[in-house]
Amino acid sequence: MKPFTPKDKDSHPTLIHPPYKSSNLRSPSKNSIIVPQTITELTGPQFDASALGELDNDLTRNGRKTGEPLGERLIVTGRVLEENGKPIPNTMVEVWQANAAGRYIDLDDQHEAPLDPNFLGAGRMITDKNGEYRFLTLRPGAYPWGNHYNAWRPSHIHFSVIGPNMMTRLVTQMYFDGDPLLKYDPIYQGPPDEARKRLVADFSLDDTEEGYALAYRWDIVIRGHKATPADA
Amino acid sequence: MPEMSEKKQTPSQTVGPFFSYGWTPQQYGYDHSDLVPGNLVKDGIQGEVITIQGIIYNGEGEEMKHAVVESWQADHAGKYTELVAKDKFSGFGRIGTGRGDDASYRIRTIKPGQVDEQQAPHITLTIFSRGLMHHAYTRLYFSDEVEANAKDPLLQSLPDDRRYTLIAQRMEGEDEVTYRFDIHMQGDGETVFLEF
Ligand SMILES: [Fe+3]
Repeated sequence: MKPFTPKDKDSHPTLIHPPYKSSNLRSPSKNSIIVPQTITELTGPQFDASALGELDNDLTRNGRKTGEPLGERLIVTGRVLEENGKPIPNTMVEVWQANAAGRYIDLDDQHEAPLDPNFLGAGRMITDKNGEYRFLTLRPGAYPWGNHYNAWRPSHIHFSVIGPNMMTRLVTQMYFDGDPLLKYDPIYQGPPDEARKRLVADFSLDDTEEGYALAYRWDIVIRGHKATPADA
Repeated sequence: MPEMSEKKQTPSQTVGPFFSYGWTPQQYGYDHSDLVPGNLVKDGIQGEVITIQGIIYNGEGEEMKHAVVESWQADHAGKYTELVAKDKFSGFGRIGTGRGDDASYRIRTIKPGQVDEQQAPHITLTIFSRGLMHHAYTRLYFSDEVEANAKDPLLQSLPDDRRYTLIAQRMEGEDEVTYRFDIHMQGDGETVFLEF
């Protein structure tokens, strides 16, 4: 099995990031110990279509009880790629988000914004042969959290990607271009300057559906195969 | 030689506080389906059925609720099965530490075999929580595998005074065996976290 590229220090946030208060006691304080890649790391869970329900990639439908959920309909699409630019087909992508008013159905979300009885806010899909994922949803609202004075999270969609093995696991958040809250958000501000821009999705007119939904495009890049002399 | 790395990695972000309904809905009583369960044991499974149980502590020694552990392991014969299918053992589990004051995770599984000649039996655990900007990888080894552990290259490469943090303690129960594996994110006895 071919080795994979390491975690890129210049792309990820440091584990403890003091402006994000809950990182101070919950993240490791010692450096990780770097160990060789073995079969344990070079393998990982893979999924096929049997892991998906019919409406899993449509958050405008998968929580309907009495009617349509409220909010601005969005198509979110993009590719999952390796660092070397190669698309990753057949990989599991999970998403979850607040409703249009900025409220999650999670039992511990205490924000007073209304729940939407027709919106679940969670879905999953598998990338196609070109590494593409695509789902339908509603634009999530911003929501307050207690990190600092009047802190509000920018609108975001949480993503979880599994990829080809244990080392390609990635949990991240997608943000929307032009959101004024980005510059005040310590979670978005965690990664180095150049890197964090890669968390922002671009509006994509090409992916919209006329009269029905707007669209954003966002590519996700995970660790990939190391280049070997034979590949060059 | 051309530079192959034409794309840069997407930064990791915390899983946040509100993911249990999406990741482990059945455990928390939501009415939609799990991607994978925390109980990996299926009818007719081969191997010794065990439960891994533990608490995740923060830097002040408080139990972390609403954290989640993903597990990845080989089957009883030391073979990894990558395809996660409903009717057979796949070795991938996901379980939360719960909402209550007794926050702990419990993975019901089988004891894995050796995956190669060098390595002692082990399970990879990946920890996600609010406050974690990037998930943390660790490995669980078994206290009753003394001989194999003594030859395991990863375990033996660790500092002598931290190696114990990766050894789960076997506790014989009335029927099934439990291995206790607490995880300390920080402080005295901070668990060894790994990078590959
Ligand atoms: Fe969120």
